[in-house]
Amino acid sequence: MAGSEVKVLGTWASPFALRVHIALGIKSVKYEWVEENLEAKSQLLLESNPINKQVPVLIHHHKPICESLAILQYIDEAWPSAPSILPSDPYHRAVARFWAAYIDHKWFTWLKGVASAEGAEAKKAALDRVREGLVVVEEAFGKCSKGKDFFSGDRIGYLDIVLGCFLGWLYVAEKRNDVKLLDEEKMPGLAAWAIKFCLDGAVKDVMPDKDELLDYANMVFQAMAKAKLNAPPNY
Amino acid sequence: MADEIMLLDWWSSMFGMRVRIALVEKGLKYESREEDLNNKSPLLLEMNPVHTKIPVLIHNGKPICESPIIVEYIDEVWKDKSPLLPTDPYQRAHARFWADYIDNKIFQLGGKIWTRKGEDQEAAKKELMECLKILEGELGEKPFFGGENFGFVDVSLVTFSCWFYAYESFGNFSIEAECPKLIAWTKRCLQKSSVSSSLPDPLKIHDFVVQLRKKFGIE
Repeated sequence: MAGSEVKVLGTWASPFALRVHIALGIKSVKYEWVEENLEAKSQLLLESNPINKQVPVLIHHHKPICESLAILQYIDEAWPSAPSILPSDPYHRAVARFWAAYIDHKWFTWLKGVASAEGAEAKKAALDRVREGLVVVEEAFGKCSKGKDFFSGDRIGYLDIVLGCFLGWLYVAEKRNDVKLLDEEKMPGLAAWAIKFCLDGAVKDVMPDKDELLDYANMVFQAMAKAKLNAPPNY
Repeated sequence: MADEIMLLDWWSSMFGMRVRIALVEKGLKYESREEDLNNKSPLLLEMNPVHTKIPVLIHNGKPICESPIIVEYIDEVWKDKSPLLPTDPYQRAHARFWADYIDNKIFQLGGKIWTRKGEDQEAAKKELMECLKILEGELGEKPFFGGENFGFVDVSLVTFSCWFYAYESFGNFSIEAECPKLIAWTKRCLQKSSVSSSLPDPLKIHDFVVQLRKKFGIE
C-alpha cells in the first residue's frame, strides 16, 4: 500500500503521537509523518480534529481518527494480521483498557502535576504520587505479564505502548527534579520492562532521544516561567 | 455453564445506568447489588481496589471496571445480540472518540452546575450547552448516534438525560430550548425498554440533588 494513504499528524515530543508511530511500526505499515507546529496548527489538523484540535491524528484513506487510544485500537482492527496489539480474549482486553485509562487519566495527570506544583512541599507530594502510581502499575505488570517481558507477554502490545510512550517524559521529570521515579528496587518489573521496551524494534528508531526531550522541556518550562513573570496580574 | 453476572451499582449513577442498559439490550439475567457509597462493601473494595467505585460488573467471579470498558466487554462477549459497536473499524474509532468526549465533559460540567454559584456556575452552563450543541451536531438527522440503531455513543450519553432536569432547575436554563433535536433523541431512546427500565425518574434525581446540596451546605 502506498505510504501516502496513511498519514500521521503529530509532534516529535508528543508521547501520544509516539504511540501511533510504535503501533504502525508493529504492523509494518508505511506512513507519512507530518510534524505539526502547535503554535501554528495546519489547516489539515484543524479540519481533521475540529473538536480538540490536537495531535495525534491518523488519516487513513482520507478519513481522520483522533484520540490516541482510539487510534491504537483502530490500527489493530484495520490491519488485523499479526502481530496483534490488543489481547484476543475480551476479559484481558478489558483489563488492558482499564490500566490504559488509569495510566492516562490518573498517573499521567499526576506526572503533569509535578511540573505545575509550586514550592518544595507541593513538588515532593506530586513526585510521591507519581511514584505511588508506578507501584500500583508494577503490581498490574506482574499480573498482566505473568513472568514474561512485556504487559502483553512475549512482545509489546497495547499497555506496553500506552505506558512506554511516557518513559521519555518520566526521565525529564527525574532529571529536572533530581529524583528517581522508576526505581529498580521498588519497581523491579517495570524497571526491567522499560529497558526492553526501549530496545524493541518498533520503538527504538521512533522514540525521541531522552536528552533532546530534556533540552526541549527545559526550554519550554523556561519560556513558561518567563511568560508568567511578565504576565499582567490576575485581578 | 450458566453465566453468573453481578452488577455493583448505585441507583443515580449515570455510569451504572450505562451497564444496566447494555445488559438489558443483550437480554442478560443478572444480580444487581446496590452499594452504600458511604460504607462500601468488602466485595466492592475487593473487586475494584484501585478506584473503589461503581459500577463493577462481576462475570463468573471476574471483575470488570469503568463503564465504557464494561459496555465494550458486554458487547464483545455477547456479540450475537443487539450489537452496540459497529463492525467497521473507522466507525468503531468514531464511536470511541465520541464516548470519550462525553466522558471528558458532561459529568464535570453538570456537576459544577448544581454545586457552584455565580460566575463558576454560569461558565459551566455555557460550556455544557456548547458541548451538547456539538453532540447535537454530531447526531445530525440520524435517529441515533449509532445511525439507524441504538449504539455505544447513545448508551454513553442517554444516561445523563435523567439528570438534565436537575441541571436545568439549579442552573435555571432550558436544554430543550437550545438543543431540541437532542431532547427529541432522548425521548426516542426512552421508547426502548432497555433505557426506560434503566433510568430513574428525573424528579427523583432532582430530589436526590436537593438532599446532596443540603448535605454539602450548598445554597
